[in-house]
Amino acid sequence: MKNIIGFIRQNFTFFSFLILQIVSLVMLSSYSKSHQTFFGNWNNTIAGSVNSYYNEWAYFFELKATNAKLVAENVALRNELAQNFVPYDTSVKSGTLILRKDSLEKIRKFFYYPAKVVGNSFTLQKNYITIERGALQGVKKDMAAISPDGSIVGVVVEVNDHYSKIMSLLHRNSKVSSMLKRDRIAGSIEWDGKSPDILLLKNISKSASPKIGDTILTSPYSSSFPAQLMIGRVTSIIKDPSSNFLTLNIKSATNFYNLEFVYLVENKRMEAQADIEQKGEGNE
Amino acid sequence: MSNILKNSARFILLLLIQVIILNEIPPIHQFITPYLYFIFILWLPFGTSRIDTTLLGFAIGYTLDMFTNTPGLHAAAASLIGYLRPTILNILLAQEVSEELSKEPSIGSMGWGPFMIYLFSITFIHHFYLVLLEWLQFGDFGYFIGKVFFTSGMSMLLILLAELLLNRRKLKR
Repeated sequence: MKNIIGFIRQNFTFFSFLILQIVSLVMLSSYSKSHQTFFGNWNNTIAGSVNSYYNEWAYFFELKATNAKLVAENVALRNELAQNFVPYDTSVKSGTLILRKDSLEKIRKFFYYPAKVVGNSFTLQKNYITIERGALQGVKKDMAAISPDGSIVGVVVEVNDHYSKIMSLLHRNSKVSSMLKRDRIAGSIEWDGKSPDILLLKNISKSASPKIGDTILTSPYSSSFPAQLMIGRVTSIIKDPSSNFLTLNIKSATNFYNLEFVYLVENKRMEAQADIEQKGEGNE
Repeated sequence: MSNILKNSARFILLLLIQVIILNEIPPIHQFITPYLYFIFILWLPFGTSRIDTTLLGFAIGYTLDMFTNTPGLHAAAASLIGYLRPTILNILLAQEVSEELSKEPSIGSMGWGPFMIYLFSITFIHHFYLVLLEWLQFGDFGYFIGKVFFTSGMSMLLILLAELLLNRRKLKR
């Protein structure tokens, strides 16, 4: 017995080394989910706080990639919106044999693309936004552009292979069909070139009863924009006694100062709609 | 006293470098994780007793394990090199050098040849044991051999760089 104790005392270092090895190997081999929660409780107080600080920093450097991911995800989600689709007309009986039985399946009308803003102006009388997406990536003239928070930005006017130019709402010739959310009376949104924050809603019938703070949305008559996108809110009402129409000042919902991404909206039926609208004019 | 302070600062700094930078390097991440933290053991003064190096190895290894969620893995490897360090130093060094107890192992105090052997043997033992423990969990011999050699090479390169950059020669005097 004495010999054993003496032996251990002599080789104290070696035995403590052995014990440490055994301890760590046992920890390693018995590591499992339950250990994770057990160790986690007191390990995480130190390691966790360091890691969370570190993650905050790392997150900062990954913001760009995260942003791109979110844009892609938003486009995917926007494309799933129900308002992009029109249902089949099942109220009419067709004599053909290939009548569709499935009335739940819808036809896609609007399609969304993401685009990065590379140029933007808001101080001129005719403001344009340049985006890095062109004809080769599916951009066509007259596509609508909306901002990430769902308010409208403008309409595509020029397209080349890799870039396109959007006529911003802040352009003297811009005209977007819109309506009051309250009673669905349509008018058109224009800009007088004064303040980048204030748009004008013209040609509202005097029978409408707009109030300050009312929401203005895009109307279903526009061939570029999907219906019911946010445009802005009424800030003041100008009554012109000489005409039958009201003019409303609108606080724009779009923040034109910090646009980084826009979504382009393609109306798959735009040509058909433009076609039929032009045909009517020939009869006059 | 200043020795304890200096080594505590090293302990924390090396762990932070290991956890925040080296464990996160993306391009060579999966296969090669360079290890720098055990430079702490390498740089302990000559006079540190075997039991101290072993315990310190266990301490720094286990602290690293807290961050990597592998309790015991680095602790085992680091306490092994802590235990073997005095043996390697005794073989490599002439008696008079190792008697200056407050000095630390470096190129300046040991000379290029012995220091390189010291560095190589410690790094190799550390990685061999570390990857062996991993290998017993995952199992693929090619992975094992490859990882031991590439990770050792990478770590040695880093440690040499640290050695040369910090220019610890002034400790010789």
